[in-house]
Amino acid sequence: MPADASVIPLSPVGRPTARVDGPLKVSGAARYSSDFHFPGMLYAVPVGARVAHGTIASIDTATAAAMPGVRKIYTRENIGRFYRVSKSSGAMIDENRPPFEDDRIYYYGQYVALVVADTFEQATAAAHRVAVSYADRQAPDVDGRLSGSEPQKVDTQRGDAAAAFAGAPVKIDETYVTPTETHNPIELHASVALWDGTRFTLYETSQAVMNQRASLAQMLGVPVENVQVITEFLGSGFGGKLWVWPHSLLAAAAARDLGLPVKLVVTRPMMFHNVGHRPRTQQRIRLGATREGKLVSLQHDYLFHRARIGDYKENCGEATGFLYSTPNLRAAWAPALRDIPVATAMRGPGAVPGLFALESAMDELALALKMDPVQLRLLNEPGIDESENIPFSSRHLKECLTTGAERFGWARRNPAIGAMREGDHILGWGVAACTWIAERFPAEVSVMFNSDGSVRVASGTQDIGTGTYTVIAQMASQLTGVDLSRIRVVLGDTHLPPGPISGGSMVTGSMVPAMAQAIEQATEHLLAAASEDHAHFGGTAAAQLAFTQGFVHRRDQPPGSGHRFEDVLASARVGHVEGRGKSEGTFGSKAKKAYSTHSYGAHFVEVAWQPQIARLRVSRVVSVIDAGKIINPLTGRNQIEGAIAMGVGMALFEETHYDPRNGMAANGNLADYVMTTHADAPTMDVVFLDYPDTKLNQMGARGIGEIGLAGFAAATASAVHHATGIRVRELPIRIEDLLASKVA
Amino acid sequence: MQPFAFARATDADAAIQWAAGASTAQQGAEVRFVAGGTTLIDLMKLDVERPHQVVDINHLPLAEVESTPEGGLKIGALVRNADLAHHPAVQRDYAVLSQALLAGASGQLRNMATTGGNLLQRTRCVYFRDTGMPCNKREPGSGCAAIEGYNRNLAILGTSQHCIATNPSDMNVALTALEATVVIRGAHGERRVPIGEFFLLPGDTPHQETVMMPGDLITHVILPPPRQGARSHYLKLRDRASYEFALASAAVVLAVEGGKVAHARVALGGVGTRPWRSPEAERVLQGRPATPATFAIAAKAALHDARPQSQNGFKIDLAQRCLAHALATAAA
Repeated sequence: MPADASVIPLSPVGRPTARVDGPLKVSGAARYSSDFHFPGMLYAVPVGARVAHGTIASIDTATAAAMPGVRKIYTRENIGRFYRVSKSSGAMIDENRPPFEDDRIYYYGQYVALVVADTFEQATAAAHRVAVSYADRQAPDVDGRLSGSEPQKVDTQRGDAAAAFAGAPVKIDETYVTPTETHNPIELHASVALWDGTRFTLYETSQAVMNQRASLAQMLGVPVENVQVITEFLGSGFGGKLWVWPHSLLAAAAARDLGLPVKLVVTRPMMFHNVGHRPRTQQRIRLGATREGKLVSLQHDYLFHRARIGDYKENCGEATGFLYSTPNLRAAWAPALRDIPVATAMRGPGAVPGLFALESAMDELALALKMDPVQLRLLNEPGIDESENIPFSSRHLKECLTTGAERFGWARRNPAIGAMREGDHILGWGVAACTWIAERFPAEVSVMFNSDGSVRVASGTQDIGTGTYTVIAQMASQLTGVDLSRIRVVLGDTHLPPGPISGGSMVTGSMVPAMAQAIEQATEHLLAAASEDHAHFGGTAAAQLAFTQGFVHRRDQPPGSGHRFEDVLASARVGHVEGRGKSEGTFGSKAKKAYSTHSYGAHFVEVAWQPQIARLRVSRVVSVIDAGKIINPLTGRNQIEGAIAMGVGMALFEETHYDPRNGMAANGNLADYVMTTHADAPTMDVVFLDYPDTKLNQMGARGIGEIGLAGFAAATASAVHHATGIRVRELPIRIEDLLASKVA
Repeated sequence: MQPFAFARATDADAAIQWAAGASTAQQGAEVRFVAGGTTLIDLMKLDVERPHQVVDINHLPLAEVESTPEGGLKIGALVRNADLAHHPAVQRDYAVLSQALLAGASGQLRNMATTGGNLLQRTRCVYFRDTGMPCNKREPGSGCAAIEGYNRNLAILGTSQHCIATNPSDMNVALTALEATVVIRGAHGERRVPIGEFFLLPGDTPHQETVMMPGDLITHVILPPPRQGARSHYLKLRDRASYEFALASAAVVLAVEGGKVAHARVALGGVGTRPWRSPEAERVLQGRPATPATFAIAAKAALHDARPQSQNGFKIDLAQRCLAHALATAAA
């Protein structure tokens, strides 16, 4: 860690900065999508199928249609035409089957009708009275024991992993399971749809407004310029709000048909069926090592469940190829088709379940070798990315491990099971490494210097609750020299220059090059205006001028000798000057990469186990994160702490249960789907190494939204094993798994 | 939620008169009283409860906690859970009740939920709450979806082949150990029902959960005087640390004299179809040395008749640990 990390830097970038939109949020002034109301607005409530496999025989809407306030009930007969997203368009979608496309039921809860009424309550009451009968009803296949429905595909391989495993003196061969998990942001998905006869204005809960527009325009059959998508604020998404889901189409279609604004807010039970989930995974890990602990073979064979109408891949092999050094490696996968709803990306997709398996296996290997698990990881640190044969841009995993070990007090660890006590608690300590993608998406941005002294930064990206408004303002302040209080950031609207999706932890890093370019261009325009005849610097060539700390001044003189930029604009009688920036993406690029760019980290987890009452709590966590230059340590720490809280839930609580008789998510509510509460939050110590990764962008900033969740459950499971002697390979770790512990 | 008429009762007689014309006070009641609304409104939104008439009783003068001439406590039906938990007399003399209340729900819910309402709290069985599934409690004769379904959280004591739904209340478990009395006013006057007789076993009528009849209004809960020298404790075990229903809980009142148990009252939560008094455990404890060995035998006795379902067999072990630990804590 840099020696001066404790010194608060003076520049806006790197300064702990409270959210610039905080006052709006705590005062209720921030408008979330379902907060929008319009005169004459109607409320839509979908009706979901009560079976997971069958066809609709009939839908009786007569009773419901006669109920108070009901305006119209839609089914396949009268909803009109929807289209699919063409894959070649580049628009992303996970549930490409439009609602009501045919009479087949593919999953429980699939929308089969839509009630529109004057109030939400009236629509809800009538939705309960829509009678749907089904034919060809079959028991759904929701079996959690997975087997491949098609031949394996290989993610990455090198050497001969099978032969090396066969000859290895020390071996681990275990299978790990992660359950279906459901995104549960507190803000429910919602659409408020307006149609003016030609154009749609859609207030959506979207992590990707540009993609939302591209998809919805295709599915609604209208030109893209006739659709505006707005998401000013998002009450979090965790990936569940990346792509279009069927309710958005239903709201838009009803608004177009009725000529009135229509609001549709998805209910919490619908959140468990109609807007994606993290699929169940089953992963076999085989590790072969020398007696000294050098990996000689790594095999990662994984399965995940897949809906009948989806093609989402849970990429568990995301990090397998490059995390450790080994000459022989193979990662391969297959889906297992089930009668379940469509899956989608959830915070750290692929790597989060994948690293639970790989990092649990590494702990088991350390035990088999009687080696410290930190040492085992240090011993297998690669010099280059061995899957791509390219150098790392900036990798400090070893420092994450050693710094974390020191802060946690790892040297005091007694490795014997149940050997560490504190009162009537038995402590267990576990460690795991983590990594996540560091790439850029394409980004465009507009930067305006305004004659009122403000700087406006605008891009069609989103703040999903993570602090994007704030971080962009900090970076703009840094690059312009204008005080943070004068930066206005405008996001979440497709009328703005196309910005990146809020996915993959890439917004911050993606925005840097485009912003630098836009500010450079706006500065050129500002200096050109300043040198016009009637302006403050009339007669001086623009090339002799500079823009520093908000002042336009002669290059050979200090900033204070010049004039504030707003005064210069006024003297030029110019309202504003604008610069545009555009940068290409790196993610998914076919070009051969020069560097392997990823973030890294290490989690150290302490659990406290009370055997008398089988009570387990995560009590203490140290997480050391190597995520490039940290723009805002305050919002950055908040991301990692939130991920730790979510990691406690993943390790100990979260699991969506599908009822084998009708395919329903039986525990689809916030009482029965157990997530972390404040009372479960451990003491957290989050450390950022803060090494800029300038191979990724000028500021060296990488993303931090997802990495904190990766590896956490493995560290917890290893800590639980240390405390109880029970190795749980199927998440979540439940009370009933631990009752057999011999530790008393 | 189905449309309903709403009225505010200005006195208890008016409320009782409104409700007396209903065909039942159990599942399917056409008239419902609303106080905190934390169960009723929830179930109305789910379409599980569909009353035609909702009567607001929040303005009735039933929000006081008073001492009884015998030295006990008379708790108004409208006393909020949060207020009851923090009442000095409850904290001093009935710690188990205060602890149970604070172990339940969340701060916001405890601020709304009332004593009378909590006595009538409905099960959290997911099939009871889903009108798309069979449930004998919700629709008599339709079957029990839980027995072959998601039953990890459900009961292992007092079940029948028709219903395995758990009574989810924490407060009721403490009131059972405290041998409270429920005061009910109805169309034919007032009656007092010991809490042990207030809740019914499901048997083949799981829709009949209590002795409440049409028109009945719970007005008070009476606690007997605290037993001299007794200590009480509530222990709740669940997956997470807060805001979750019990997988197993235990309310105990214990008096130890000369190293031996002189008085024991034991009730379990999270494992029974009603708040589960365990006379078996009490018999074991009475007169025996107050030692971990005795507590372990008592815990075994309490779960002797347990009948686990496919996913909740672990509750037998867990409830035993819970009860043994609660007894040890009360004895310490």
